[in-house]
Amino acid sequence: MGEVIVVTSGKGGVGKTTTTANIGTGLAALGHKVVLVDADIGLRNLDVVLGLENRIVYDIVDATSGNCRLRQAIIRDKHLEGLHLLPAAQTKDKTAVSTDQMEELCDELKREFEYVLVDCPAGIEQGFKNAIAGADKSIVVTTPEVSAVRDADRIIGLLEAAELRDPKLVINRLRVRMVKAGDMMSIDDMLDILAIDLLGVVPEDDQVVISTNKGEPVVVDEKSLSGQAYRNIVKRIKGEDVPLMDMDNDSGLITTLRRLIGLK
Amino acid sequence: MIEFLSRVFGKDNTSKDVAKERLRLVLVHDRANVSPQMLHSLKADMIKVISKYMEIDEEALEVNLNSEDSQVALVANIPIKKMKRASND
Ligand SMILES: Nc1ncnc2c1ncn2[C@@H]1O[C@H](COP(=O)(O)OP(=O)(O)OP(=O)(O)O)[C@@H](O)[C@H]1O
Ligand SMILES: [Mg+2]
Repeated sequence: MGEVIVVTSGKGGVGKTTTTANIGTGLAALGHKVVLVDADIGLRNLDVVLGLENRIVYDIVDATSGNCRLRQAIIRDKHLEGLHLLPAAQTKDKTAVSTDQMEELCDELKREFEYVLVDCPAGIEQGFKNAIAGADKSIVVTTPEVSAVRDADRIIGLLEAAELRDPKLVINRLRVRMVKAGDMMSIDDMLDILAIDLLGVVPEDDQVVISTNKGEPVVVDEKSLSGQAYRNIVKRIKGEDVPLMDMDNDSGLITTLRRLIGLK
Repeated sequence: MIEFLSRVFGKDNTSKDVAKERLRLVLVHDRANVSPQMLHSLKADMIKVISKYMEIDEEALEVNLNSEDSQVALVANIPIKKMKRASND
């Protein structure tokens, strides 16, 4: 029996879809059988981030309304054997799936897949309620900004009210240089305020945009810092104890000198 | 320039400190809003405790969160009907 993990944030655009795609791809790359469920009905995104937009025939609403069998709506990835996608409907809205249907769907999926990752829409309305309906665990994504952290706090309250205890935090788009200059909240600042466990930290990285352009999640890019960050998150989801990586790629002369004389 | 100087002299007002402080304040309110039940049960508990010492107007009792510049305060307005007689037996 697999587990259902929902990826939430409250505020839009902070990286839920990117996180879902990378964790899913990372798990599949390690040989797991994974299905990603795009619950952002009306704003289908996960398919393009995964590069699977040309393969969609049926979608989640077709599957839950009996228009097709669930099996028919699930798409296989081109490269990774274990990776699958259940795409969102693009022409319907968030009320096209009910919470009961979502629960049933998740139950059915976790009988067949080891990991079921649900990409939640922004907001706290019906789309959010549906997305978390069948979840066993939850991830909250935030960026180091006042509005995003505030919304994350709200979401954590709602998740706990829905009996989804112990949500795990992903801090996305951290800029080490700004944190050092005192112009961006640090990891500790956010953990202090939100008081939940940290699942991982992903730096701001052009490579995320480049990979998304190509439809190949950055987690498979061995060289990128963000890819490494996602690979670490994947390991932590599997229960491994992986320390936070050093995101300080600032190897300027002064830093090197400081390091040499032991100032760091 | 002042910002730069105070940073050099280690004063706590980098923009991230401002962000953190604003967040802290706004969350006091948000979190209280997530559960109006919380204020409600706080009210009930206060009535229980205060009633040991004086008779209060439960209907008129008001409990609110007020925020001024840099802090949030719990403000209670509790009309007293009658004081209980000190019974030091
Ligand atoms: N670590 C990162 N570095 C650089 N760009 C990033 C990073 N994470 C996400 N992005 C970019 O931010 C944008 C928004 O990301 P994404 O679509 O994953 O957010 P979302 O939370 O799913 O948004 P929505 O609420 O609209 O569903 C995308 O263009 C993505 O490429
Ligand atoms: Mg999204």
